Amino acid sequence: MNAPLLQIDSVNKHFGGVAALTDVSLSIQPGEIYGLIGPNGAGKTTFFNLMTGLYTPDSGRFQLDGREYRPTSVHQVAAAGIARTFQNIRLFNAMSALENVMVGRHVRTRNGLWAALSRHRRARDEEAQTRAHAHRLLAYVGLAGFADYRADSLSYGHQRRLEIARALATEPRLLALDEPAAGMNASEKMQLRSLLEKIRDDGHTLLLIEHDVKLVMGVCDRISVLDYGQVIAVGPPAEVRQHPAVIQAYLGASAHV
Amino acid sequence: MLSVPPLYALRFMLLMDGFIQQLLNGLMTGSLYALVALGYTMVYGILRIINFAHGDVLMIGALVGLSVIRLVQATWPALPPVLVLLIATLVAMAFCALLAVVIERVAYRRLRHAPRLAPLISGIGVSLLLQTLAMLVWTRNPQMFPQLLPLEPIEVLAGASAHPAITNATALTTIAIALAVMVALLVLVERTRFGRAMRAVAENPQVASLMGINPNRIIVITFAIGGALAALAGVMMASNYGSAHFYMGFLPGIKAFTAAVLGGIGNLKGAMLGGLLLGLIEALGTGYLGAATNGVFGSNYQDVFAFIVLIAVLVFRPSGLLGERLATRA
Amino acid sequence: MIKSLTPNKRATLGLLLFAVALVLAPWIVGHAGGNTWVRTLDFALLYIMLALGLNIVVGYAGLLDMGFIAFYAVGAYLAALLSSPHLLQQFPALAALLPAGMHTSIWLILPLGALLAAGCGVVLGAPTLRLRGDYLAIVTLGFGEIIRILLRNLDRPVNITNGPKGISQVDPVSLLGVNLGRTQELFGLRLPSVYLYYYLFAALVVLILFACIRLERSRIGRAWVAIREDEDAAQAMGVNTVRLKLLAFAIGAAFGGVSGALFASFQGFVSPESFTLNESIAVLAMVVLGGMGHIPGVILGCVLLAALPEALRASMGPLQQALFGQVLVDPEIIRQLFYGLALILAMLYRPAGLWPKGVAR
Repeated sequence: MNAPLLQIDSVNKHFGGVAALTDVSLSIQPGEIYGLIGPNGAGKTTFFNLMTGLYTPDSGRFQLDGREYRPTSVHQVAAAGIARTFQNIRLFNAMSALENVMVGRHVRTRNGLWAALSRHRRARDEEAQTRAHAHRLLAYVGLAGFADYRADSLSYGHQRRLEIARALATEPRLLALDEPAAGMNASEKMQLRSLLEKIRDDGHTLLLIEHDVKLVMGVCDRISVLDYGQVIAVGPPAEVRQHPAVIQAYLGASAHV
Repeated sequence: MLSVPPLYALRFMLLMDGFIQQLLNGLMTGSLYALVALGYTMVYGILRIINFAHGDVLMIGALVGLSVIRLVQATWPALPPVLVLLIATLVAMAFCALLAVVIERVAYRRLRHAPRLAPLISGIGVSLLLQTLAMLVWTRNPQMFPQLLPLEPIEVLAGASAHPAITNATALTTIAIALAVMVALLVLVERTRFGRAMRAVAENPQVASLMGINPNRIIVITFAIGGALAALAGVMMASNYGSAHFYMGFLPGIKAFTAAVLGGIGNLKGAMLGGLLLGLIEALGTGYLGAATNGVFGSNYQDVFAFIVLIAVLVFRPSGLLGERLATRA
Repeated sequence: MIKSLTPNKRATLGLLLFAVALVLAPWIVGHAGGNTWVRTLDFALLYIMLALGLNIVVGYAGLLDMGFIAFYAVGAYLAALLSSPHLLQQFPALAALLPAGMHTSIWLILPLGALLAAGCGVVLGAPTLRLRGDYLAIVTLGFGEIIRILLRNLDRPVNITNGPKGISQVDPVSLLGVNLGRTQELFGLRLPSVYLYYYLFAALVVLILFACIRLERSRIGRAWVAIREDEDAAQAMGVNTVRLKLLAFAIGAAFGGVSGALFASFQGFVSPESFTLNESIAVLAMVVLGGMGHIPGVILGCVLLAALPEALRASMGPLQQALFGQVLVDPEIIRQLFYGLALILAMLYRPAGLWPKGVAR
């Protein structure tokens, strides 16, 4: 087995007296789509926020690409290589689709105050590259004709894709998606699934938090299941689907998926 | 025993000339700040907005009170002054309760889901409007506010030091009324059905409406109570200082907001505590500063104290003294 | 015909028209109303500089600064201290060092003013920028008031600011040997002082505009708007929001400082009462009503609101005279009434301003 891209060991987090996460461990291989599921309140969002720098764990270890990963503020997360999307789609509404993706390039570019004012050669080149890169990403997610559209004028499905394009612009090691299928109908979910698989096939690694168990079972390579803050099952979808603890957690005892 | 170092400092402080005086001054201004802070904190608790026009409602209350006093004294000159003041206060409170309701309806209601800056800018507009209206009705000149409570100075602890502290009936009445009102409000919010409804709407308006509570009604009443309290503070402030003018609400408004933040915004007891505390900090602070620098840095820097407290609280303990620990970004 | 041009060509045309208007304005206005109106135009340009600075803070980065006038005050007092006899009168030791008097050149005053103001911006911003929008507004308001109180009271124990009396006898600007405070003969034209100052201010407005436009279309500009639109999402994309907010504050403050320094030299006199909360609100109104984050809108807002007091004075006075036989209401009060109503109505019906940025579709 290759060295994992993201290795998480024994993470604990509690709020007040409530143990949100207990001894959670996870290991994501490069190039796979990893799913994280669990009933409501299982701790998925807490885990996600821990990973994206919003909370600090009480204990536990995060390693990205073999190196210790401990962001002290949220903006360091993207620089370290983890890009995320939001459950309730948070785009920059007043900006165009193209500009949204260009903001995604911010963390990998350097133009500063002097560059902005003087527009010297290197600055102009970087700006042109940023623009070209953003156009390419829009085309990649199927939004080529929408570059100049205001972000909030796009349809829901398109907005979701734009958010993914923006996240991809940061050149992430890991693309973390928070309930990307929320609010989608069946055909939109199919399109989302193809997009995610395409991204994976092009060499990216994805982490998916989802409620839609069917989607997760269909698209993920491996899955962890959380319940009451603990990992109750890990493995490929076929195994997890049959796992008694998983069935019990979702459906109560004596039920079959 | 009073020679032990920390107690030595305490003794020094207590016996310093004017400590009791500053204490009394601080309690009086603090009571006023507390009354106004309650309005800020209640509105913030329910709507999560800063009602920028609140200080100017205080001003309108004072000026309306003044007009009522003039009218009553002209119509029934034989009426005892205390009664005149009472009538004026009640009328001012009713007027400002209504004014606050109108402000909510016109300037804030449609902006409940707008970006956070919109209600603030709208509030600035209302503030300007109120000041302009005041300038039109009562002119730009400070108006003399009659002192209807007995004016004889009352000495406090006459034997304690060379210069006994002096207060008067107006100041003492202010403190007493403010405390009574604060207690009444606490009882209202914590022991009555209405108070429970208020707290429910502050927690979660949608769930509250599912429980049969009409959030709009609660919000309107909250604004009304805030307006009435501001008017009360305005009339008492004008009584204490003997004058009222169109710009008198600005600084008290900012300071009362500071007090609300100091105590923990959204928290009623916090607003009361914050108000009293701010009044004391201001009075004692300028007193000591003046004494320490021989009058060079004294009461002319009084207002700076409030601003420094505000910045310090927001930077070091944004949840205030009694508030829950909030995230810095909502 | 105009609609058929590409956006770039339209922008260039707009800039060209603006440049022509800028050069011709004082002559047109002067012809209509004489030197007083040109003076109003000069103040309008100062306001434009201020508003462009505040636009960066409010319009781009979305930070509601209600004490912006403090930076104007800092620049103005610095200029006054560096080019008036006041400090020499207070400190004989200093007077001995500078026998020729305190006459710092404008070339030195402007950058120093910008730097000092920017420094104040950073000092104010560093502890406060992580506050929520409405708290930040009150804190900046407090800061503005603190500055004003300090300026009013720093005449004891050491007289630095001369307290409420202010500092007078501030040198007029002297450029390349030409004293802008007096009428000069240039290029065969007789140019009164207000015209000379006009072109100086116009040149600086152009410079500031240039900087703003460049910033708007850069990586930094995009990051600012991202912060304004959704700060959490911006952070998630790796934008260092704290540093960028500080930068916005500093640059906005610098423009304010430059404008203030020019104001001091223009007026020849500074006092704490020129720098009140109402001034901060006036500049804020110009940005908000004109079109937050949209440069042409901001300029429009400035011109309208700066011209307003004069227009009201010119019209409301005679109008009331004609209608009522006397001036019932001071035009100043009508101006404030207008401001208040405008802010409320704008938030209710046109929150993006009179001339907002129109992104396609």
